[in-house]
Amino acid sequence: MSETTKTAEVNSSGAVDARTSMVGKDPYDVPLVDYDVSQRELFRSNTMWGFFERLRKEDPVHYCKDSEFGPYWSVTKFDDISAIEGNPGVFSSNPSISIQDPLENFKVSMFIAMDEPTHGNQRRTVQGAVAPRNLANMEGLIRERVCTILDDLPVGETFDWVEKVSVELTTLMLATLFDFPMEEREKLTYWSDVATATPGPDSIIKTFDDRARILTQECAPAFMKLWQERANGEPKFDLISMMAQAEETKNMAAERPMEFIGNIMLLIVGGNDTTRNSISGSVLFLNENPAEYDKLLANPELVDTMVPEIIRYQTPLTHMRRTANENFTFKGKDIKKGDKVVMWYVSGNRDSDAIENPDAFIIDRARPRHHVSFGFGIHRCMGNRLAEMQLRVLWEEILKRFKKIEVVGEPERSYSNFVKGYTKLPVRVHPI
Amino acid sequence: MPKITFIQHDGEEIAHEAENGLSVMNIAVDNLVSGIDADCGGECNCATCHVYVDEKWIEAVGQPHDAEEAIMSLNPDRKPTSRLCCQIKIKDELDGLVVHLPEFQF
Repeated sequence: MSETTKTAEVNSSGAVDARTSMVGKDPYDVPLVDYDVSQRELFRSNTMWGFFERLRKEDPVHYCKDSEFGPYWSVTKFDDISAIEGNPGVFSSNPSISIQDPLENFKVSMFIAMDEPTHGNQRRTVQGAVAPRNLANMEGLIRERVCTILDDLPVGETFDWVEKVSVELTTLMLATLFDFPMEEREKLTYWSDVATATPGPDSIIKTFDDRARILTQECAPAFMKLWQERANGEPKFDLISMMAQAEETKNMAAERPMEFIGNIMLLIVGGNDTTRNSISGSVLFLNENPAEYDKLLANPELVDTMVPEIIRYQTPLTHMRRTANENFTFKGKDIKKGDKVVMWYVSGNRDSDAIENPDAFIIDRARPRHHVSFGFGIHRCMGNRLAEMQLRVLWEEILKRFKKIEVVGEPERSYSNFVKGYTKLPVRVHPI
Repeated sequence: MPKITFIQHDGEEIAHEAENGLSVMNIAVDNLVSGIDADCGGECNCATCHVYVDEKWIEAVGQPHDAEEAIMSLNPDRKPTSRLCCQIKIKDELDGLVVHLPEFQF
């Protein structure tokens, strides 16, 4: 008897997993009332699709009464996501844009998680860096770097595409945007991973305290140094110079340190994790869809429409979250003031009422940019055209060199309900 | 049917006839006018159908509404003549309308 009780205790104090896991279950065997699509293992095992499909059909605005992150609403249809994003007065981005609340001992703030007017004032100071005319100037430099990476790939060997291409390219790009010392660029990737990793024994951080410590004691001082050097320097088009010199943000580093760290993190993660995973995803999708790969090889001009399709199909961020500022009835559901509202982009992008044949990867769709990966409304991704440009240049150069990037093993996926990505993708490259 | 003229940033002019009730964005997308992406499909929610209304037409077209202003104001290249053309509904009074397409949207 006591033995049995003990086992039960151990199980239930096995923490997170006290709640019923949906992994490995048929979506129709789990009652809707017990649905919790925030379980990270669903994303690592890539088994979340059926659960979202059922939510879209039967309960598109769904209330989860209990989860690791407390109760929350799931919004799963394309048009509903757009409606919530179009109503920032009711659905606030403060205090957090992910289902995870800010950490008690590490309350950073960043403009993506602010409302008007502060959000707009701060965003405007950096938006110019990724404006199309600036991108046109950067394209040559990006192409040069892409060529170097591709020309150095080990032909005839199996290697990890994530490490050798996806991470390397996005890190180079990020270092360029920040004008960060090139020889120290690996730090950017490291800090980006620290900022988003789920703590655990196998993780890059063991606890949330690790995250706070690394970001405040390593990342922030490095950027502080660059900020101070550039505050009174020549006006330049790197993100740090722009923020250090603009009226709205120039006092941030000295007066609002948590906002300073927050915005640096926002720009690092936004420019790094997302495109990295779309780059990995693109290789995987073409391997899973050989007919599309053949189409691309036969007509390299399809890169232009393939790029937004990659971003839709990958959906590098699974969700964005809002918090209700007031009681609000949405689609017949009574959302209460203070409730978390999670907009599942990963589901909206597979909504057949908005996108034809959404589960298929089709590189020549008529309106490929009609997807929700970048979000909508005033918080829509400001780096969207930069992301597309990186993917376009990469594939233009791949097609000049390789007849196939062949996936030769199973991908490993991220243990996260926010960043939808890959930690490994074994490939071999076949030159033309 | 009202005629709408799109002038590209390099000066190229493209004119199309339009049906009342549709938006200027619809006409651009239906006729594959480059520079108008309309990612969100006309919900005033993505700001990828930004146009500069020709000075002569400002009064007839009217001013942006609050939600439109909120999203356009984030753009450093916003001008006093800026509108999101998904929010401009075509009507007889707009026959001959001229809009300029901003370079930043290419």
